[in-house]
Amino acid sequence: MTTTTTAVPAIEAVGLRKSFGSHLVLDGIDLSVQPGSVFALLGPNGAGKTTTVHILSTLIRPDAGQVRVAGHDLARDPQGIRASIGVTGQFSAVDNLLTGEENLILMADLHHLGRTAGRRRASELLQRFDLVEARGKPVSTYSGGMRRRLDLAMGLVGSPKVIFLDEPTTGLDPRSRREMWHIVRGLAASGVAILLTTQQLEEADELADRVAVLDKGVLVAEGSPDELKRRVPGGHIALRFVEAGGLAQAGGLLPGAVPDGDALTLRIPSDGSLASLRSVLDRLDQRAIEVESLTVHTPDLDDVFFALTGRTEQSHDEMETVR
Amino acid sequence: MTTMTAALTDSATMLRRNLRRMVRYPSMTVLLIGMPIVFLLLFVYVFGGTLGNGLGQASGGRSAYLEYVVPGILMTTVAAVAQGTAISVAMDMTEGIIARFRTMAIARVSVLTGHVLGAVVQTLLAVGVVLGVAVAIGYRPDATPLEWLALAGVFAMVGFALTWLSVALGMVSKTVEAASNLPMPLLLLPFLGSAFVPVDSMPVGLRWFAEYQPFTPIIETVRGLANGTGIGHAAVESIAWSAGIALLGYLWSKRLYARDPVR
Repeated sequence: MTTTTTAVPAIEAVGLRKSFGSHLVLDGIDLSVQPGSVFALLGPNGAGKTTTVHILSTLIRPDAGQVRVAGHDLARDPQGIRASIGVTGQFSAVDNLLTGEENLILMADLHHLGRTAGRRRASELLQRFDLVEARGKPVSTYSGGMRRRLDLAMGLVGSPKVIFLDEPTTGLDPRSRREMWHIVRGLAASGVAILLTTQQLEEADELADRVAVLDKGVLVAEGSPDELKRRVPGGHIALRFVEAGGLAQAGGLLPGAVPDGDALTLRIPSDGSLASLRSVLDRLDQRAIEVESLTVHTPDLDDVFFALTGRTEQSHDEMETVR
Repeated sequence: MTTMTAALTDSATMLRRNLRRMVRYPSMTVLLIGMPIVFLLLFVYVFGGTLGNGLGQASGGRSAYLEYVVPGILMTTVAAVAQGTAISVAMDMTEGIIARFRTMAIARVSVLTGHVLGAVVQTLLAVGVVLGVAVAIGYRPDATPLEWLALAGVFAMVGFALTWLSVALGMVSKTVEAASNLPMPLLLLPFLGSAFVPVDSMPVGLRWFAEYQPFTPIIETVRGLANGTGIGHAAVESIAWSAGIALLGYLWSKRLYARDPVR
């Protein structure tokens, strides 16, 4: 894959390795994120996503590898990186004893914005993240979604060029999750580079320009969400028939179909697109085969994992508990 | 902005954060001030009548002991605040906000200096309250305004030194419980010094320890300034001890903070 390398990458990592004791967490990661784009690091628990974010955001040092973020070298100039990034962690990095507004002003003071400009910036962000009403309340009284929004807002006080979001929607209800997605899209549109980690293919699909799949400290695939999904054969249409005759007839008609006689169902590989659905239905209609029900199954993280690693995520989790 | 002014600005910001946290979570401060007050009342009203007669002064009894013990109680107060600092540092280190500070372009040490400066303010406040209670039950120090100023300086100096040490103790502790136990020796040391009884009354080995541990010269300096007893070289020893403890605590804390945070 070639990218037009006129712009310096916002994040560039080569050969990143890290182990904790004897446990190898990252085994040679390469990644490159362009300014103004969203890059999703997709993988199950324990894949090394958070460790990657911790290294790129200067929180911990890698054992080996080169990193440049916003043009600054990690080994030589970590303070330069720190001045250019905003980080929102998996566990909210807010001061629970302070109010939302005080948290933002604390960030403004640490960025040396000055009293007036700092207060103005805090008000702006409270407005933008819908926290105006709660501005004077201690953060300990905030809901999960509010804390996450404040957390993100705190990372934006210094107008960063690069933003790290470590599982930004984990633990949020569906509505707060949608809101967070909306905010992330807005940020990307404003020109910052965003690296986010997620366990959900759906989230990567919604937000990311590029997705890298991380498994046991190794990148097993990288590409646009569409490219990745095309590589995943888990998508199919399931048809259920009224009687065995219909099942047998349809089975002969549709290429690649796998019948299940007991359940009277037929699985047909499909990318879930309207065109493929229509072609299946047209063929059944021509022969007047009666179908009781139809379900469309789109590939999910489990399928991606199975396709790329030959394991399902469940078996991966089991392996982790055994370890 | 130069590195130095940036460090000062960031430390001031962190100090404001810590003072605000103290106001929002006052039960800690109340607890820290409450213990020395209980000690004061216990030692003066329960033991004071007898202990006062053993001081070897012309006028013995409870009032003599009150005068003797208050400087010791005040130093116990400083140690109690230091213990509280270790606890609040340990609590703070477990929170996500410290991770955020580490990923920001701020003076690294300011997170720690914020805690230390906050604790010095807390120390002076606590000493003031305990002193107020002592005066309410009859303590009458004879310090001149200049001596009062020197007293405030001694408490700030010792508070500064002990809290640098307790910041390190707070960081080296894996849990908040450990952080509350680790500084216990600091609370015990005044007992093994001249806080509650003169060191001459102790058996030889213990007396030797009592004479050469840091709290004894510090307490004698406070006693000298507040009660007009002789200070001698205790002041110089106090300054040397404080400087040594502060430097050790500072270097140790800085080193602990520079480590990668445990995953």
